[in-house]
Amino acid sequence: MDLFLQRLFDGLTNGSAYALIAVALVLIFKATTLVNFAQGEQAMLGAFIVLQLWNWGLPMWVAVLAGMLISGILAAGLERTFIRRFDPADHLPLVIITLGLFLVLNAVAAIVWRYDPLAFPQLFPHGSAITIGNARLSWYSIFAFGSCILVLLLLHVLLNRTKIGLSFRAVSSNLESSRLCGIKVGPTLQFGWALAAAAGTFGASIYAANPVLQIEPSIMLRALIFSITAAALGGLDSLWGALLGGLTIGFIQSVLVQYIPFIPNEMTLTATVVVLLIVLTLRPSGFLGTKAVERV
Amino acid sequence: MTDALLKAENLTASYGQIEVLHGISFEVYDNEIAVILGANGAGKTTTIRALSGMVETTGTITFKKEDISQFESDAIVRKGVAHVPQGRGTFPELTVEDNLRVGAFIRSDNDVENDIQNCYDTYPVLFERRTQTAGSLSGGEQQMLAVSRALMSRPELLLLDEPSLGLAPQIVEALFERFLIMNKDYGTTMLIVEQNAQLALGMADRGYVLEAGEIVIEGAAESLVNDEAIIRAYLGG
Repeated sequence: MDLFLQRLFDGLTNGSAYALIAVALVLIFKATTLVNFAQGEQAMLGAFIVLQLWNWGLPMWVAVLAGMLISGILAAGLERTFIRRFDPADHLPLVIITLGLFLVLNAVAAIVWRYDPLAFPQLFPHGSAITIGNARLSWYSIFAFGSCILVLLLLHVLLNRTKIGLSFRAVSSNLESSRLCGIKVGPTLQFGWALAAAAGTFGASIYAANPVLQIEPSIMLRALIFSITAAALGGLDSLWGALLGGLTIGFIQSVLVQYIPFIPNEMTLTATVVVLLIVLTLRPSGFLGTKAVERV
Repeated sequence: MTDALLKAENLTASYGQIEVLHGISFEVYDNEIAVILGANGAGKTTTIRALSGMVETTGTITFKKEDISQFESDAIVRKGVAHVPQGRGTFPELTVEDNLRVGAFIRSDNDVENDIQNCYDTYPVLFERRTQTAGSLSGGEQQMLAVSRALMSRPELLLLDEPSLGLAPQIVEALFERFLIMNKDYGTTMLIVEQNAQLALGMADRGYVLEAGEIVIEGAAESLVNDEAIIRAYLGG
């Protein structure tokens, strides 16, 4: 029973981090119906920037906010340089570009910071918040989940209550009509890239701040696969779906694979994909994705 | 006569290598309704898309004495030209009310809420469905929304691309009646591209007939209604 609870708590922890990267993926998917494969590496680079700023003496949360800002600006630059020159309706070149960015960003991080794991600043209080038997729910888990909810609420308000959010939703719904309403489509998508990168950097910082992890350039490789699966589970275009998907993946990993004895640990990746297939078979648009309902 | 509100001179438009408009010229004056008639493939939609900066063009387009021919679409909207594209062009995932708000995107005044209310007064069905997504509306309701959305930018010129397409005759009639009211009561200048010649000429002041990318007939709408060639080609005479 203790072990089960512990696995449940672990699932919450990992799930929150996956959800945050999934949110970043969803933001870009919503705007462009494109999966940005470089999202994880952008987030990793952002987390390294946070680490660097912290090493230079900034307080840790200031470093996180500054890192989010810097990675947002970098993403805006990437969008302007590599993405905007291509037809947004033609996905193949764009997918290849995001795959290219994935490799380049990983190499850049490896050149600058090397592959040696580095300790990441602790963002949250140490120790256990709740202990039930031998199962411990750490403060880290609670804060990771809480900050995930906070980010989602902020994004929800930004997208649904502000003018820039309205233009973002308009562009994701109908590019041509957005132009005909006077919306500058390029800068709006650029804003989406910046927002996604900032959310991703936040997610990677939370992920790397896990006391059991250290940061190194390939830290997000596995997380990205889980996050993409999480985003797909949630419906790819739903922010809250990303949270639901992230937590589901977290629980599949920790409860299904690491608790049930006859499922070997090597199945972690496979099990998530199997669950994804089952869910998408039953609900093609994921947990909360938009079903394309359109009368003509 | 004073200067035209909109003036196209020697306008060509092409998609890649294929030229669709071969140097056409036309004018739309303040407070009038102008129509461009033509069969499928004549270049009607291309004409209206050229005016909104959505296709490659040569020649000049003058709006309020300013050459807008090389402007981006969003800049043309800001100048006061609203465009209701063919197939409605609403935002299917957004609610009816959000659609109207996007229509007012270029405005920063405090009258937006008022104008939304006016749209609802004009089309009560939009009020009933204000929290529904635009994609769930019927074709006629979507066209009402598309026109209302365009008016939310408070345009000086409204471009309508085949508003009657795919709608039942009674709905089309109601829609065009509304255009006439907008024109007579609020002085909204319109350029309508249509296949339905009878309906369009019935309410228009000025008409042009487009054939294979060239304007072949032009004149006052009432003279066109009696034009032999038009009767033969479009009015089923």
